[in-house]
Amino acid sequence: MDAPVIEVENLRKTYGATTAVADVSLTVARGEVLGVLGPNGAGKTTTVECLAGLRAPDAGRVSVLGLDPQRETAQLREALGMQLQESELPGRMRVDEAMALYASFYDSPADADELLTDLGLADKRSTQFRRLSGGQKQRLSVALALVGNPQVAVLDELTTGLDPQARRDTWSVIERIRDRGVTIVLVTHFLEEAERLCDRVVVIDRGRVVAEGTPAALAGSGGQTLRFRTSVPLPDGVLRVVPGVDEVRSDGLAHVVRTRGDHAVDAVLALTHAGVRPEQLEISHGSLEDAFVRLVTATEEDR
Amino acid sequence: MTTTTTSRVRTGARTPTRRHPLGRMVRTEALLLLRDGGTAFFTIFFPAVLLVGLGLLMPWADEPFGEGPELSAITAITGYAPIVLALAVGTAALSTMPTTIGGYREKGVLRRLSTTPMPPSRILLAQILVALGGLSVASVLAVTAGVVVLDISLPTQPGVVLAAFLLGAGAALALGCLIASRAATAGAATAMGMIAWTASMFFAGVWMPLPLMPEVVRTISAYTPIGAASQAMAQGWYGTGVPAHELVVMAVWTGVAVPLAARLFRWS
Repeated sequence: MDAPVIEVENLRKTYGATTAVADVSLTVARGEVLGVLGPNGAGKTTTVECLAGLRAPDAGRVSVLGLDPQRETAQLREALGMQLQESELPGRMRVDEAMALYASFYDSPADADELLTDLGLADKRSTQFRRLSGGQKQRLSVALALVGNPQVAVLDELTTGLDPQARRDTWSVIERIRDRGVTIVLVTHFLEEAERLCDRVVVIDRGRVVAEGTPAALAGSGGQTLRFRTSVPLPDGVLRVVPGVDEVRSDGLAHVVRTRGDHAVDAVLALTHAGVRPEQLEISHGSLEDAFVRLVTATEEDR
Repeated sequence: MTTTTTSRVRTGARTPTRRHPLGRMVRTEALLLLRDGGTAFFTIFFPAVLLVGLGLLMPWADEPFGEGPELSAITAITGYAPIVLALAVGTAALSTMPTTIGGYREKGVLRRLSTTPMPPSRILLAQILVALGGLSVASVLAVTAGVVVLDISLPTQPGVVLAAFLLGAGAALALGCLIASRAATAGAATAMGMIAWTASMFFAGVWMPLPLMPEVVRTISAYTPIGAASQAMAQGWYGTGVPAHELVVMAVWTGVAVPLAARLFRWS
């Protein structure tokens, strides 16, 4: 396997008394889409700003394409495209002017027209920035991050503030960029976005990595949920003694049972042994969202 | 003009169609200025409009500018010409440019630029060149309109006027950069810029020509960037000798404010 394109080891960054990033380590392989998840203020943006060389870390090591973002900034700027949160353009700048201007900054820029077509902005070429919709502005922002033909693209809160349709359109754009082999770091707090786009996610909370893995593995770690009804009340304790059952909640004859791992089947077996037949049985796997909430809540309880 | 730097050449293909980023940025920024009607009017056309307006409407326009051999030799509106050039310099340098850069900082335009290989200094340089272009065009328009419509007299020492104009533009742009280096928003830049602009216009003699003001005001004026420019240009227009004091004052303003602005400059 290739050496990682991005390596972050024990990154730390403080602003005065505030610790934005306490200890973050992560790696990204070539062509991979890494999701950086976490609640607001978790340190996601600071982390990606450090790897893009926009901020100097207080401690730790950062390497992007073998470059030190603090010392080899000029080379990094050529090879890394970054889409920042809340970054606008001059209101009267036209889409094609912005593309030509930003393309002129790079040694070997991408084809601006092709990018605009890919991003569904071809018919907006001569439109001024201030006349674009939120989704169009965001897509132009992605186009500008890619116009330098980067090997690595960092996209921060790409779809925040977009309506669901614009969000889905933007996702399909990211999939096309990924298909070109660009390594992508995607900062988001939309779990659906991470599930759809990312090969791997890291969850950052309070400046530390609290979980890492594929979206499916993280979601699976959330366990299973059973929902069923019974014709008689549940015998006391019949489920609580089953290994892997975390929680049983009954509302009359309707029941919700949460299990760790894939212990749902053990719960069903225990019910059958006790002579109770679960009706309208539904078993659902944890979603990434469940896992996320559980992870973030767990670190809050540690406080 | 070449704007490429060798330090960031990577191995591999460098496209033959390499564009000149500074040139493109200057052109784009100039277009943006022209598209903003109000700003374009004040930056480029207002000095000419003011000079012609005063010349046509004011009963004093064709009277002698003042007493004494120098001032009585020219009309009041000719005496007002260097003042209008100081206005052109001040408006572009202290109002238009800081407001533009403050707005870019506020909206994250500067932050976005800081993620590209474009060296930060080029962005400021592009703004300075656009402002310099704007104030030069405004001044040429004002003088041309003055000559054609009002028949003002041309400078007796054109070289002194040109030197004073260029040094004044440098000093005013340096002060504008200082304001632009920190202003967090367009509004903050406008507020600071307007204070500097209003004071500068007072000391340049826009409200009341300097020869008619008290000695103490003229003395202070000679230490301000645009007051010095106005006085030096006036001396070149209808006086004699070289205004060494004013020229040195402007050079010092430039030499102090430019490095300070570069040190203080913030991207976000």
